[in-house]
Amino acid sequence: MTTFAQRLWSSTLARHLLLAGLGLVAVALVLESTSAFRNGQFAVMAYMGIAAGGLTVLTGLNGQLSLGHGAFMAIGAYTTALLLSDRDGAPPLLVALLVATVVTLVIGAGVGVAAARLHGPYIAGATLALAIAVPGIARYFQDTLGGEQGLTVVVPDIPGWFADTAYFITANDVSTSKYVAYVGWISLIVTYVLLANLSRSRVGRTWRAVRDNDVAAEIAGINLGRARVLAFVVSTACAGLAGAVLALAVRLAAPSGFMLTLSLALLSAVVLGGLGSLTGALIGAALLTFLPQVVTGVGLDAGLSDLQAAELAPLVYGLTTILVVILAPAGIVGTARIAWRRRRS
Amino acid sequence: MASTSLLTRKQQITDRKGEQMTTWSRRVASITSVLMAGAMLAACGAGGRPDEGEGSSADVVGVTEDTVKIGAHFPLTGVAAPGYSEIPSGHKAYYDYVNANGGVHGRKIEFIVRDDAYDPTKTSQVTDELVLSDEIFAMVGGLGTPTHSAVVDFLNGEQVPDLFVSSGSLQWGDDVESKPHTFGWQPDYETEGKIVGQWISQNMPNARVGLFLQDDDFGEDGEKGVRQYLDDQVVATERYTSGNTDVAPQIAALQGANVDIVLGFNTPSYTALTQLTAQKLNFDTKWFYSNVGSDPELVGSLLARFSEGAVKDGSSLLDGVLTTEYIPGVDTPDDPWVKLWQQVWDEHGGGAELTNYRVYGLSQAYTFVQALQAAGPNPTREGIVEAIEQAGAEFDGPALAPFRYSGDSHMGISGLRVSELKDGKADALTPVLVTDIGDAPITEDNSGAGNDRPPEDGIPDAEG
Amino acid sequence: MQQFLTTALSGLTQGMIFAAFALALVLIWRSTRIVNFAQAPMAMITVYIALVIIDAGYSYWLGFAAALLSGLLLGAVVERVAVRPVEDKPHINAVILTLGLFIVIHALAAVIFGSRYRSFPAPFGLSGFKVGDMNIALTGFGVFSILAVLAVMLLLVLLFRFTNVGLMMRASAFNQEVARLLGVRVTRMLTQGWALAAMVGSLSGLLIAGGNLVHPSYMDSVVVFGFVAAVLGGLDSPIGAVVGGLILGVSLSFVSGYIGSEVVALAALVILMVVLLVRPGGLFSHAPARRV
Repeated sequence: MTTFAQRLWSSTLARHLLLAGLGLVAVALVLESTSAFRNGQFAVMAYMGIAAGGLTVLTGLNGQLSLGHGAFMAIGAYTTALLLSDRDGAPPLLVALLVATVVTLVIGAGVGVAAARLHGPYIAGATLALAIAVPGIARYFQDTLGGEQGLTVVVPDIPGWFADTAYFITANDVSTSKYVAYVGWISLIVTYVLLANLSRSRVGRTWRAVRDNDVAAEIAGINLGRARVLAFVVSTACAGLAGAVLALAVRLAAPSGFMLTLSLALLSAVVLGGLGSLTGALIGAALLTFLPQVVTGVGLDAGLSDLQAAELAPLVYGLTTILVVILAPAGIVGTARIAWRRRRS
Repeated sequence: MASTSLLTRKQQITDRKGEQMTTWSRRVASITSVLMAGAMLAACGAGGRPDEGEGSSADVVGVTEDTVKIGAHFPLTGVAAPGYSEIPSGHKAYYDYVNANGGVHGRKIEFIVRDDAYDPTKTSQVTDELVLSDEIFAMVGGLGTPTHSAVVDFLNGEQVPDLFVSSGSLQWGDDVESKPHTFGWQPDYETEGKIVGQWISQNMPNARVGLFLQDDDFGEDGEKGVRQYLDDQVVATERYTSGNTDVAPQIAALQGANVDIVLGFNTPSYTALTQLTAQKLNFDTKWFYSNVGSDPELVGSLLARFSEGAVKDGSSLLDGVLTTEYIPGVDTPDDPWVKLWQQVWDEHGGGAELTNYRVYGLSQAYTFVQALQAAGPNPTREGIVEAIEQAGAEFDGPALAPFRYSGDSHMGISGLRVSELKDGKADALTPVLVTDIGDAPITEDNSGAGNDRPPEDGIPDAEG
Repeated sequence: MQQFLTTALSGLTQGMIFAAFALALVLIWRSTRIVNFAQAPMAMITVYIALVIIDAGYSYWLGFAAALLSGLLLGAVVERVAVRPVEDKPHINAVILTLGLFIVIHALAAVIFGSRYRSFPAPFGLSGFKVGDMNIALTGFGVFSILAVLAVMLLLVLLFRFTNVGLMMRASAFNQEVARLLGVRVTRMLTQGWALAAMVGSLSGLLIAGGNLVHPSYMDSVVVFGFVAAVLGGLDSPIGAVVGGLILGVSLSFVSGYIGSEVVALAALVILMVVLLVRPGGLFSHAPARRV
């Protein structure tokens, strides 16, 4: 029995690791074959994907709704900005990313403990208030957090080994924006491997049990509060890491970058892709990143004014959200799955 | 299409193994499909716009034989869109006018506006798009302090001329060494604060002064300037956060401090809000509004609507309000510059009304055309920066005071005059006063910039 | 003293506006168990309809009535077209749907009415009263707002407590199956709930707009504070919504005036968390808070 379980466990991990390796290769292929502008967009997709991955675990697997994940991204971004404020004396990038994740995790734990006592709309209300409160804190503590202008982030120099390896493989020099895209995607792959393993582990099953029927879960001996707080903490840690990558990509952490729209965009990314699915979260992040530009371009080509074309992006995006919720509530991934199953049977 | 069928075939296999099972093949398939979808999107996005006309200047990004492509980020959606979204339409109208009259050195100006919703994260994305995908020659008029801060280092790193930022923050011009490609345009808020501060200290030496400030660099720099002259007269400082429309607590605090005059460094909507709130609180005081917030035409029309209440007429509500001017606006329709703007706008504005935001855009566009002319028949990115540094201080134009452009400073317009609103028009109280940041003295402008008249054809003539 | 009084009074008016918005949320929650995040833009659209009518030269009150009526219609239409398909789905689907509606209505309004500030008239005076030397920071329109909100609250209490329709609405929201067995026409009740709530939402939009500036995002800050007010009160109780609105309005006014307007949202969060930690179901929740 034990060996069988061990083999199963190790094969899950091995599977995820193999997949991660393949993902890394694919990322390198895509980043090397696309323009600098696309590299920048892929960096955006990476941080949206990391945050959406965390949110899909919280909302999809554990059933908790958060309208305030943008606030946790802000915490991660500001932590990074404080650490990487100048080129000299800044810690290595990996340390900065980890510290940002841990700081957000600790604050997330605090919020999670409070949120675990609440349910449904009450969590929604609390996280909504959080989403608009956090930018205000950055404005109030102007001296340390830079007020409305925010804090600029200095992306650390590309480490020699990284530049050399990249040059060895691709015969191209790495630009800063490509480096940030790599950092983002490596963070994403690491995050997704951890999340995938976690959701297939005992912890993940506990979360699902709490989501599906909390009374039954409690009777089965699950500590509901602990399960909820843990899901919240994992999810906020992802948001913190995403915020750190965002700070690198934007080179700035400012309150106006973390308004309510960010939190809401994350939530709809998760729903569009399919709740609870990491692949879905990634697809949602891709839509968020690429759709507005494409839609605006189509609008301009169709002869709309700049202003109308700019409004077209949220319009299409909002309509897509509504249609997905009504017609395909399982999201893109879930619907594809269902459709395939139906066709087979 | 190929990616979707791949996805589904893989799922057929994996789904047999049970619902919760997440197998690697499905993941590979989905990740591949995502990446392929991304690549497909990339292929059909704006990336593939072909370069036209490979000519003598084909190696200058954004410049071809017959076009110059420039761009900017503006808030076209979201809370900052009201008002600010009108500025790029002024730019567009003026470039259309210049293009219809033969362009600059035979090149037509193509102006691309991208929406950043006043969100620095989006600013950074659309600036990437403008620079790397649209391949603009220069950024012209990008709006906002937090937004533009997010991209100023990138633009300078890529050596993209970053001309005439639509913001009065000091940072666009005071540090040429670290931002050699960035230029300010409007008078910075500190200069404005200094000039107003001095005027009040001379004309109302015993007044108790209250400050009403937007809580960003606008309020901060304005306060710094004002306090140089009024530090001991300021008895109350209140800040508001943009978007928080209930300013009664702030106005009540100013009222409580018994101030004789309030200096407002705020946007036009907050001018209207403070006036309405003051009325609600029966707070009778003298007001000064920074140039940004005064816009008598807009504020007057907003307040006029309330005449059904107690106020007689919107513009008379603003009677006696102090403000500053640095370019002529729509309240002076007989000014030759405003006449030109009206003509340009009638021809190319698409039917909407000419507003001061649009005049701002038109005036900025005029300066850019001058700069492009000064850069000579074969403009380069370094060339236009050098041309502005050398000739910029002499540019004619609607501005009442000259630009401060030189090799050491990229600060914009050097001064303004204090005026008082009466029947919706500004009456000058002082001559045009010029100064610089820091403790530079305030002097009367003797450059004659305020007497510039627009050329016959409405197109500047600054040959490089 | 003057400043204290003014801050308190302006907080009171502000609180009443939050309360009006919270009442609309409570109404929809009680009749459908959905939190409608699209409430604000729905109200905003109807306020623009009123503005078009007033701008065309008709009286304020005609615009007022038109806004309320179009709110009623819009609520019914939204329920029939968009909300019905997700009513039996998990709670989160409805939330996302209303968020999608939020974005769509917003963009539509910006395209149709333009993204610029416009002033919205008020039917009563906009100057404060004066008693001797004291300024009373209450305008004629402010008094009207307060009375209107109190009247709506009273009507809702009466509706839910003493009328058949109210009882049926509560029943359909609480348990559709049982309500149907008891002969309640559940679908009609749900539509009525949305229609009424949207009308109350329009009223809150009109009260905010009166003597103020409108633009497509003018109600955005009320979305959060109105929702927080409703949650403070317990989401189920009209009286709770008004009390929640007042608590929030007055305390935020003091925070804004005496500490700084940047921390207003933070103060709202702190108040909400303190209340919810003591009473997880809000101040006026009847039922004991759900176990766990």
